Amino acid sequence: MFGPYATFIVGSYAVVAGVIGALIVWVAWDHRRQTATLRELEASGVTRRSARGKTAAP
Amino acid sequence: MAVIDLANPTRFLKLVERVLPWLALATAVTLAIGLQQSLAAPDDYQQGATVKIMFIHVPNAWLAMFVWGVMSLSALGTLVWRHPLADVSAQAAAPLGAAFTFLALVTGSLWGRPMWGTYWEWDARMTSVLVLFVMYLGLIALWRAVEDPARAARAAAILTLVGAINLPIIKFSVDWWNTLHQPASVLRAGGPALDNAFLIPLLTMGVAFSLLFVTLHLAAMRNEILRRRIRSLRMMQAAQGAA
Repeated sequence: MFGPYATFIVGSYAVVAGVIGALIVWVAWDHRRQTATLRELEASGVTRRSARGKTAAP
Repeated sequence: MAVIDLANPTRFLKLVERVLPWLALATAVTLAIGLQQSLAAPDDYQQGATVKIMFIHVPNAWLAMFVWGVMSLSALGTLVWRHPLADVSAQAAAPLGAAFTFLALVTGSLWGRPMWGTYWEWDARMTSVLVLFVMYLGLIALWRAVEDPARAARAAAILTLVGAINLPIIKFSVDWWNTLHQPASVLRAGGPALDNAFLIPLLTMGVAFSLLFVTLHLAAMRNEILRRRIRSLRMMQAAQGAA
């Protein structure tokens, strides 16, 4: 389909797809990890001042 | 919501939650259209089918420089206005910029081998982009080396602004020195030198990759805000334990 340079063309697109895919997975995984850690901390009773203010308000 | 409200990380997070799915959808649709246009584009009379590498090489090269530009604006936000999200923005953008620069170098190398007969040449354009990649890695290392984000922010902002000197060097390297790399063919005086058969897929891919950056940048900023909250909560926990 791409003639004698198919390896270079397909290789380029494959590298871009791999790196972009890895970036997306890394950002999504990092979000899950940070959200889970934050929930754990809040469940153990450690909360931010602003969050305490909200629960204390009438 | 006023723009000034976005200085508040909590309000910023709410906005990100709302816009992120739509941005991701717009990225996916634009990328699909761009890929379809790239595959349908004709072969170049000189470069043959390898011209298809241009549709991914050029957007990555644009973003490699654009992301450093975004980080430079964020650096000003850190040093001049002390905006609470400025350093978050710069820190979230750096790995993305490094990835785009890496892809520009790799795809350029894979395009260069069949066209120039070499994967690499130490000429002005390629070397200045390699320097940009090393600067991205240096900044990431700096943020990781300094534990306190506030202390790291100032050093990283200064380094980012100094590094911005490299952006015009990259852009004009093909005009100032003799290089293997071709001169600018899109952003140049006199308008684009490309035929519409190549220009339209290239611009579509440029928009798609820009949307991808905005999407990933906002998502990474959200992660960084959460990471800093966790850090301050752990410090509070440690202080309570010590009291």
